[in-house]
Amino acid sequence: MPAEIYLNVAVSGLLTGLVYGLMALGLSVIFGVVRVVNFAHGEMMTIAMYLAVALFTAYKLDPLAMMLPIAAVLFLLGWAMQRVLINPFINRPEHSQFMLLVAVALIMVNALLIAFGPDARGVQTSYAFASFAVGPLLVDANKAYAGLAALAVAGTLFAFFRFTLLGKAIRACADNYAGALVVGLDVKRLYALTFAIGSACVGACGSMMVLLIDVTPPLGPAYTLLAFVIVITGGLGSMGGALLGGVLIGVTEAVGGLLFTPSAKSMFSFAILVLVLLFRPQGILGKRAAP
Amino acid sequence: MIAFLTDGVPRRGLRLLAGLLVALLALPLAAGDYLITVLIGVFYFAYVGQAWNIMMGFAGQLSLGHALYVGLGAYASAALYVHFGVSPWLGLWAAMASSAAAGAAIGFLAFRFGVAGVYFAILTIAFAEFARIGFDHWSWLGGSAGLFLPVANYTGNDILALRGSPTMFYYAMLTLTAGAFLLCHALLRSRIGYAWLAIRESPDAAQALGIDVFRCKMAAVMLSAAMTSLGGVLFAFYYNNLFPEQIFHISRSIELILGPIIGGIGTLVGPIVGALLLSALAEALSEIMRALGVDLPGIKQVFYGLSLLLVVMFLPDGVWPALSRWLGRGRRGQG
Amino acid sequence: MLLEVDRICKSFSGLRALEDVSFGVPEGSIVGLIGPNGAGKTTCFDVIAGVTRADGGEVRFAGTRIDGWRPDQVCRAGIGRTFQLVKPFAGLSVMENVIVGALNACASVREAKVKAKGIIEELGLASKGDAMAASLTLPERKRLEVARALATGPRLLMLDEVMAGLRPTETDQMVALLRELNARMGLTILLIEHVMRAVMALSRALIVLHHGHVIATGTPAEVTLNPAVLDCYLGEEAV
Repeated sequence: MPAEIYLNVAVSGLLTGLVYGLMALGLSVIFGVVRVVNFAHGEMMTIAMYLAVALFTAYKLDPLAMMLPIAAVLFLLGWAMQRVLINPFINRPEHSQFMLLVAVALIMVNALLIAFGPDARGVQTSYAFASFAVGPLLVDANKAYAGLAALAVAGTLFAFFRFTLLGKAIRACADNYAGALVVGLDVKRLYALTFAIGSACVGACGSMMVLLIDVTPPLGPAYTLLAFVIVITGGLGSMGGALLGGVLIGVTEAVGGLLFTPSAKSMFSFAILVLVLLFRPQGILGKRAAP
Repeated sequence: MIAFLTDGVPRRGLRLLAGLLVALLALPLAAGDYLITVLIGVFYFAYVGQAWNIMMGFAGQLSLGHALYVGLGAYASAALYVHFGVSPWLGLWAAMASSAAAGAAIGFLAFRFGVAGVYFAILTIAFAEFARIGFDHWSWLGGSAGLFLPVANYTGNDILALRGSPTMFYYAMLTLTAGAFLLCHALLRSRIGYAWLAIRESPDAAQALGIDVFRCKMAAVMLSAAMTSLGGVLFAFYYNNLFPEQIFHISRSIELILGPIIGGIGTLVGPIVGALLLSALAEALSEIMRALGVDLPGIKQVFYGLSLLLVVMFLPDGVWPALSRWLGRGRRGQG
Repeated sequence: MLLEVDRICKSFSGLRALEDVSFGVPEGSIVGLIGPNGAGKTTCFDVIAGVTRADGGEVRFAGTRIDGWRPDQVCRAGIGRTFQLVKPFAGLSVMENVIVGALNACASVREAKVKAKGIIEELGLASKGDAMAASLTLPERKRLEVARALATGPRLLMLDEVMAGLRPTETDQMVALLRELNARMGLTILLIEHVMRAVMALSRALIVLHHGHVIATGTPAEVTLNPAVLDCYLGEEAV
């Protein structure tokens, strides 16, 4: 096959990968700080996607334009979840907290099923079939916009954590829970904030994702797993790692799908996951030793 | 042997269990097909829940990909029957072997490389997903279109080929569940049972007391996998069709852990109580929905999710320990 | 010599925890391993017990090299150990905790139960046999820790700060018990201790560790007069 096809597919994978990376970033932030495995991550993205679809179908509002409101809704949902479900049980064993979120995920998926039915829904934006020609490459407009939006949001998040006081406080909690308590940080509130930020992230992601794929209720679990694969591959505690992991997975899946059958492409992600867990559990850019 | 099993169990409990067993054996004579079908489901979930419990409750390893073993067991025995006419009684050995091998592979990778806790859970999910997608592309096993067993002719019960009426499956599932119950009871009192509990509580201390942690964990994983696969064998021959998309799906994995978690991880009776409770409440829910004239697909799953949520939040040890305290019985492992 | 530690070295990311550590523990004796905090005592235990692999040197038990062995192999060879931060099996009863240890030495669960019962009585935990380990007080947990290790039927018992947190009367009880076990069963004991009252009362010989080096060995009387030892303890609070 001519090189252009590989290149096109790779770039396409890269852009999709940026969106995946943003989703994983949300998870990484939550896992890295609150140390809770958000098993409902993919489901929350699905909720965001349905919101985007609903707004588009009813009011013809572009999903990317609606990114902020949708992210805000998910922000509130995340805050509520942390406050109501997780904070009170923060001292329970790991698998207990995990099961809490498994339960939430189960409820979310089926609530969506009841509300929207099992059929796939999607959006057809005005630029759905447009593409840009960049040299030998032909880039889908959808993917380009989604990828750029992902980059923009990720950039904002980096800036928040690096330069703002609140962001630093959150990072402090992640690095040293007891220490943070000792210096007087309201850790529980910061946890709620973190979960909310991670959820907002995944909400923004939903409005981008809806440009790439159609949404069905059972979409959640596959993306939760994907987010985990990316976070583990890229490295826990590393935001750059999440994006890098996302791009890596996006590209491998795309190219793998080209070389083999498209429907088998997620098998590559799992192969990568197993390899990473075995040989470099802290991930590519991970700083913290894997627990 | 009998003494070993009954030593230390209160008389009252033994009488209760014996009575229950007799009642269950006689049930098909009186009950209608619907109840029998429901109970087959209860036994199935009690059985695979118990098998999962060995890995989690006894050896402390959280597996969220147990559907892998159900699927492997189902496909192994079904494929041998469909392609080579091999009776499921022989096929089940292949089923157990393939599942035990898969479990051993996962266990080896996890334990040798120090993958534990939540990471282990994710690893198990990944393997199940891998199987789901892989089997979807495996044409000899029907691929995504599915593998079909010749539909049973219900006029006769062919035990050898497991073709027959629901009543036959009822007894088969009852035997498996009772067998699992006895096995777990015996294991908890044995050397390896103590080793597993020790590892679950503190692997470092267990090692310092002479326990080969790796070997014991591997044993738990392989036993759990092999036992689960038997459930898969019955699943295949009962439903007569297998689709990778369904049998390996993560919802199956989550379904089968609901029973033990709600009933009580690590307890002997937990998975059974949990399966029974969920089933009873689900049936009640269906009745209510029917009476209200409402049809909401997925409401049952929402209900399962809520039950799981409430139990994890307020009864973290599960329903059975709380129930048994209330009944004045006593501790974990004592029935 | 039942236990011989021969020029053990261990570094953790550049920090030299143990440097050329050598000593011997004669069979049937009680030997104390003392030194200021951070001297490397627990690291030494971890190396002997197989929890940590030494970078160099050998460990010999009854003539056989055991360095590089896994902790469970070391236990089966006849070395029992307790942990500085006790690790009870919280969800199991006291009796069950000790049975786990006893299974190392017994052929059947039945035998192990009998042995465990005996040991629990010896350690004064008989009234708590059915209690959950999680419900025990710290001194009781320490006794459970010793009981469990003892149940494995060791030839050498390694105790890591087993007196810490005990009141003087409890300390005396523990000292009396260990003395009795040593006298009656010929149990060899190597103990890490900060509680000087106990160490001096029990030990036939002392090994003093400081910054990963052995700075003195000898009888308690000799060691307490050693200027190097006094030097390293000056300014330290030896409880």
